[in-house]
Amino acid sequence: MSLNGLLAQLLLGLINGSFYAMLSLGLAIIFGLLGIVNVAQGAFYMLGAFIAWMALTYYGIGYWPALLLAPLLTAFVGIILERTIISRIYQLDHLYGLLLTLGIFQVMQGLFVYWYGTAGLSYSTPSPLTGGHNLGFMYLPNYRAWVVVASVAICFGTWYGIERTRLGAYLRAATENPTLVRAFGINVPLLVTAAFGGGVALAGLAGVLAAPIYQVNPLMGGNIIITVFAVVVIGGLGSILGSIVTGLTLGVLEGLSKVFYPEASSMVIFAMMIVVLMIKPAGLFGTER
Amino acid sequence: MALDRTITADTDAEKSRELRANALWMALGIAALIVAPHFVYPLFLVKFLCMALFAIAFNLLIGGGGLLSFGHAAFFGGGAYIAAEAAKVWGLPFEAAVLAGTATAAFLGVLFGAIAIRRQGLYFAMITLALAQAVYFLALRLPFTHSEDGIQGVPRGWLLGIVDLRGNLALYYTVAGIFLLGYLFVWRVARSPFGQVLRAIKDNRPRMISLGYPVDRFILLNFVLSAALSGVAGSLKALSLGLATLTDVDWSTSGEVVLMVLLGGLGTLFGPVVGAALTVAMDDYLAGIGIPVPVVIGLIFIAVILVFRRGIVGEILHRLRH
Repeated sequence: MSLNGLLAQLLLGLINGSFYAMLSLGLAIIFGLLGIVNVAQGAFYMLGAFIAWMALTYYGIGYWPALLLAPLLTAFVGIILERTIISRIYQLDHLYGLLLTLGIFQVMQGLFVYWYGTAGLSYSTPSPLTGGHNLGFMYLPNYRAWVVVASVAICFGTWYGIERTRLGAYLRAATENPTLVRAFGINVPLLVTAAFGGGVALAGLAGVLAAPIYQVNPLMGGNIIITVFAVVVIGGLGSILGSIVTGLTLGVLEGLSKVFYPEASSMVIFAMMIVVLMIKPAGLFGTER
Repeated sequence: MALDRTITADTDAEKSRELRANALWMALGIAALIVAPHFVYPLFLVKFLCMALFAIAFNLLIGGGGLLSFGHAAFFGGGAYIAAEAAKVWGLPFEAAVLAGTATAAFLGVLFGAIAIRRQGLYFAMITLALAQAVYFLALRLPFTHSEDGIQGVPRGWLLGIVDLRGNLALYYTVAGIFLLGYLFVWRVARSPFGQVLRAIKDNRPRMISLGYPVDRFILLNFVLSAALSGVAGSLKALSLGLATLTDVDWSTSGEVVLMVLLGGLGTLFGPVVGAALTVAMDDYLAGIGIPVPVVIGLIFIAVILVFRRGIVGEILHRLRH
């Protein structure tokens, strides 16, 4: 195995890991406030990629505007769904939330499979980021470098927003005790809707970032969401920083296993999940609840 | 867990009345099973019975212990693959192939159960989903499963060396008999002391622990029973339709069995059968007119959860009682 190949896989692992991190971050935010494990997160990731593709193909809107447009539209769709459908089941057992969002996921994925088939559509790399640099020890494609930098920045930006700002403090307080926060005059239902929109927008953004690397495919959400669930079980749903660290680490591990034992690379995260469940059932960063 | 409302009779009089009513319904059901193939295409009924058995197996897990598994496709598909391999490559007869598939599913059930029952609720669902995905990847990669092609052209063979199963009617009555045994088995388990303990665990787990029950062992055994029965369903499906494919282990299959049980009525004994009938009929009808099946399935999911969470049979029982 050449050093170049190893580093290329590591980079790809880091990219995958940052997608895992963004998706599980969204899951953690939504779970914290709504108590729902949002299966549809995978569909919103797919939707983000498709919005970017449709904007380019039908309206000639390029990558950079799409980077803003797709998360906004994804959040818009998410907020409508939250207000009309998901908000009706907050008082029920959490498992109903899982089943309901599974239904939403199936409708969204089913529609896109119906419209676009499962062959996958290509989305070309935006012009300033084509090509790459030869760093001497490895070839670094510009776009991949950008994705790593951008998504790590987004993840830590989100972490900062939640842990260090006033709005984030409201959010954390509402997660802890919504009734009390409401008594202080803070509009918790609005906060809940906003959190759902935000969590979903993260998935949409990850989708746009992924579009030039992978093909835009209706099934891309289903493939990634199960892995993200395993990531969430490993990290525990409780912690924001935990989601980021676990997502990135597992992506890199997966990339490494592609180098040393490619047959098992799709299994490595599930194997990790089993090991963690044996040793620390609550997850690495989780607390039993 | 609030997902389930098992109805139990309290007094002896109620119990005997319930038993009589059950016997009546059972007789009607058996009569329906006997005459059905004269009205409906037998192979369609076979498919329905396989899915119904799968749904009943899944319901066994929810009804006792109240655990929602999202990975039951692994047992169904795992059973299907091994039964198909056994009949086609190893040359085993029908009943031995079914047993091989069942044993495989039970073995997977032990593995899954040992890992997954460390967590409950949402985590349990996510863990079983992830484990089932690992089985999916195995089915994609292992040489004997032939990846995208699956195992095709599986011979049905002979039942006990006497009955030629190549005839659709003979196959139907064989599957119907096994289905009936499975149904009675689940019915018996629900009413056994074992089933009582499971219900008690679901209602108040800490109390059962403090009473000294080995709670985890009860739940694990129930999980394995459910997995094994799913394996029977998968084996029957593979042998009857002559193929085992990736669809059988795909997570959409896990979702479909959840929908069948939810649609029919969680925790009711007959609900899963109704749910399976509707789902199989709908799949068949929609595929014919070109409406995307997953979209409709998703919409039904949403509708059931928003409008009638008790499911069809559960709603009827509820109306009758109040």
